[in-house]
Amino acid sequence: MQLTLGPNLYFWPRQQVLDFYADVASWPVADVYLGEVVCSRRHEVKTADWLALGTDLAQAGKRVIYSTQALLESASDLMGLKRLVEAGGLIEVNDLGAVEIARKAGVRFVAGATLNIYNGPALDWFAAQGATRWVPPLEASRETVAAILAEKTCTIDTEVFAHGHLPLAFSARCFAARHYNLKKDDCQFKCLEHPDGMLVDTREGQHFLRINGIQTQSAACHSLYDDLPQLAAAGIGYLRISPQATHCRAVVDAFAARLANASASTDLAALHPQGLVNGYWHGKAGIATQVS
Amino acid sequence: MPRKPQLICPAGSLPALKAAVDRGADAVYVGFKNATNARNFAGLNFTDQQLAEGIAYAHRHGREILIAINTYAQAGRVAEWRKSVDRAAEIGADAVILADFGLLSYAYQTHPQLRRHLSVQGSATNFAAINMAHECFGVSRAVLPRVLTLPQVEYVIKNTPVEIEVFGFGSLCVMAEGRCILSSYATGQSPNTHGVCSPAGFVRWEPEGQRMRTRLNDILIDQFEAGEPAGYPTLCKGRFEVEGDTYYALEEPTSLNTLSILPELIKIGVSAIKVEGRQRSPAYTAEVTATLRAAIDAAGDAHYSVKPAWQDALTKVSEGHQQTLGAYSRPWR
Repeated sequence: MQLTLGPNLYFWPRQQVLDFYADVASWPVADVYLGEVVCSRRHEVKTADWLALGTDLAQAGKRVIYSTQALLESASDLMGLKRLVEAGGLIEVNDLGAVEIARKAGVRFVAGATLNIYNGPALDWFAAQGATRWVPPLEASRETVAAILAEKTCTIDTEVFAHGHLPLAFSARCFAARHYNLKKDDCQFKCLEHPDGMLVDTREGQHFLRINGIQTQSAACHSLYDDLPQLAAAGIGYLRISPQATHCRAVVDAFAARLANASASTDLAALHPQGLVNGYWHGKAGIATQVS
Repeated sequence: MPRKPQLICPAGSLPALKAAVDRGADAVYVGFKNATNARNFAGLNFTDQQLAEGIAYAHRHGREILIAINTYAQAGRVAEWRKSVDRAAEIGADAVILADFGLLSYAYQTHPQLRRHLSVQGSATNFAAINMAHECFGVSRAVLPRVLTLPQVEYVIKNTPVEIEVFGFGSLCVMAEGRCILSSYATGQSPNTHGVCSPAGFVRWEPEGQRMRTRLNDILIDQFEAGEPAGYPTLCKGRFEVEGDTYYALEEPTSLNTLSILPELIKIGVSAIKVEGRQRSPAYTAEVTATLRAAIDAAGDAHYSVKPAWQDALTKVSEGHQQTLGAYSRPWR
């Protein structure tokens, strides 16, 4: 199994992004996903910058995959995607419209988690369109993934979302702008002030969700760290770690150490004050935690 | 002159189906009593016999029955979903409404004569996605997620040969349908996997003195003080705390109501207008169908205006008694 660094789901200032990926060049990850997947208004880092970052990371020995927007609504969204596809390189598609553009261009792609692949025939169909790797829906359990893999007839790599705040929902509405009583088209880029999103707590103080612009995430961090030893047997080739503003390197190092030596152990809970969950992987509510 | 759009109404039971036909629906959409149905609620939906009777009733009146098989087939159980498509074909449905691309592929190959609509759960928000479903599976109509503005809907219509169906009235999903797993995060069951959202089996109404707390799988979704009407704890419509403010952090309990923009929907070439609510009563279906029928019939008139009686009728059946134009007008844009 190899580690991948997923696309950064948050909106960080340009310099922070550049510094982050300069650092990533030396991290023990095989693949790095670059690009903006959440909001078309986020332009601190432009397409050309992403492509330049990709060149740098490729020179550092990383396989670079350009990840694309998850909710394509407007004409400009589609045009932006076309430019990325035409630039060549590997892409991750997170919208059915992106599948259409990739297959028409004859481009191979990673089928992202929001394409809703819940069974073997669906996976076979996406593979026939050019998918060489897929990410199961985040709500899929270990048993579900195994059942899909048993049912498929295509040859395809599997990557699971192994660590990070879960992106649970996408909307046309921006909840960050809503929080500040701003209109979406005049959001003043408030997401820049929240490098790991904004916590949504219940009125009993339970950390529940996390606002990241138009995306709603889990407050807690989903982590398959404790399940690592069993994952290889499940036919999983790649483990995705989703970027976070703090301790990201420590998380990657912890996963790498454990992949190299199953008895290695890091206390990841100490790095995640809103808690760790893994319920989805164990067939339970995503917010649940199952101790192995 | 654009064609008058079809009125598509929901039925969770045979009485609701008949009410929709009687009150002027052009087509009624229904589902089986199983996990293939995104409104798989206890006490709802149709046995084969009821469906056969409903289809006969609709066809006698020159109307259509569309069968929603709009959850995602779960691995290892794909046969259940395929069997539901087979049953829809055998029983004489006018179309099936599907979301799963594996299942669309099956339906296209096995029952090419059975019309295929792309469900809102299929989450196609742009013409590229819709044209792909048309080219690959012969999809003739797509239901748009409730995330697009009117100009965006128009742009889709101009760039696809596929008929476009939009929601006209009913409870509002603020998230892109098919791309929301909040429900399974809290409960383990979602629209995509179980055909449910914030399922009733996980709901707890917890009175405490004059106060009512509503919980979903123990998570506090909202609390209502004396005199405040307590609403169902749909988890995106609860009140939560963000940075010290307690408010409807994602969305107020509200219903979509497009009466005021029906002429625009017709002008941009929408083929069908859909009413949400297969989980609602036959009385709801009757009231909403009659109101939308009258409004759509009047909407081609240059002097169209929303009649107070229509507005009153829809307000009575709206969630939280509040209404919005949702993404179509985007007051929050």
